[in-house]
Amino acid sequence: MTGQADGSDLDPQAETYAGLGDWTPEALGDGRVLPVVSAPNPVLSRAGTEVDPTARETVQLAADLIATMRVSPGCVGLAAPQVGVGAQVFAVNITGHPKAVTVHGTFVLCNARVVEATRWKAGREGCMSVPDLTGDVKRASRLVVEGVLPGSGKSVRLVTDGFEARALQHEIDHCGGLLFLDRVAGAHAIYQRKVYL
Amino acid sequence: MNELAITVIGRDRPGIVADVAEVLARLGANLTDSTMTRLRGHFAMTLICVGPAAPEVEAALAPLAADGQLLATVRAVTPDGETAPAGEPYVMAVHGADRMGIVAAMTRVLAAAGGNVTDLSTRLAGSLYVVVAEVDLPPGAAEGLAGRLADAAAGLGVEVTLRPAEPDLL
Repeated sequence: MTGQADGSDLDPQAETYAGLGDWTPEALGDGRVLPVVSAPNPVLSRAGTEVDPTARETVQLAADLIATMRVSPGCVGLAAPQVGVGAQVFAVNITGHPKAVTVHGTFVLCNARVVEATRWKAGREGCMSVPDLTGDVKRASRLVVEGVLPGSGKSVRLVTDGFEARALQHEIDHCGGLLFLDRVAGAHAIYQRKVYL
Repeated sequence: MNELAITVIGRDRPGIVADVAEVLARLGANLTDSTMTRLRGHFAMTLICVGPAAPEVEAALAPLAADGQLLATVRAVTPDGETAPAGEPYVMAVHGADRMGIVAAMTRVLAAAGGNVTDLSTRLAGSLYVVVAEVDLPPGAAEGLAGRLADAAAGLGVEVTLRPAEPDLL
């Protein structure tokens, strides 16, 4: 599934693209692998600030998030607060994940927000910043998100579902200073991550 | 018949549940509500059953504790009378750096609002401490409670959220 054109109100002056258009992560340039911070680091509990998606430091941050995500086994998304930066920027790539339905590949969004969320389903989540625990969290399985691409500064509207929808909500939560721990379903919805020998 | 509250706590090993249940079955004790978990690797089981007198059950369980690895206690309890009226179900999640008094302070705020904690779990993972409490709140009590919880959390340097529980009814 790809996105659908619409009249986004993110930036009335900007053309809104359905899906990612011709944006590719390669255009960001080389990224650096950054250390990932863990809870209870306070940066994870503060709402990130909005960024200028065309600013050089935002483009560098976007490239760094992708580079860090790529070297982290099993990582399907990484938000700026997780590398110690309180900003509304995150990277996602669920390509090849067994639970993937709609897949937009590797992308980064700035200043993203959820505009439609339906078909709520419970599912188990983990997080690189909470390495020892997982939890059951209810998330929308049909999602519309609006945000801005780093570099080009183009506003986009992504329509997605399933696991990519879950990943997007998890990362947008990070940008708002929330962890999956803040949304667990109940007292017995947190689990010690299993260590397999 | 007597209503009994039984606890079994100690070093975990395969077969503890089977051993305890076997003793109770042999005595004709009917197991009603029970819960069992492992807390940092320790076996922990609490159960309510209806059966013979407490001393008889305690004596029957004594061999399980003979090696000093398990502790089993049996107490007669009064059957529940009236059930307290159910409130509005909420979930409180707290996380932050581990320190003394997090559970005490946060549940005190819930109690002051008339909240009844119905389920609770805590986890220590490295330096991260996580508390999740399910709480029934009297009608209208949730209003203003989130702010008071946030104040208490700020004093402890931890984060807190309070959300309505969402039961899935099928």
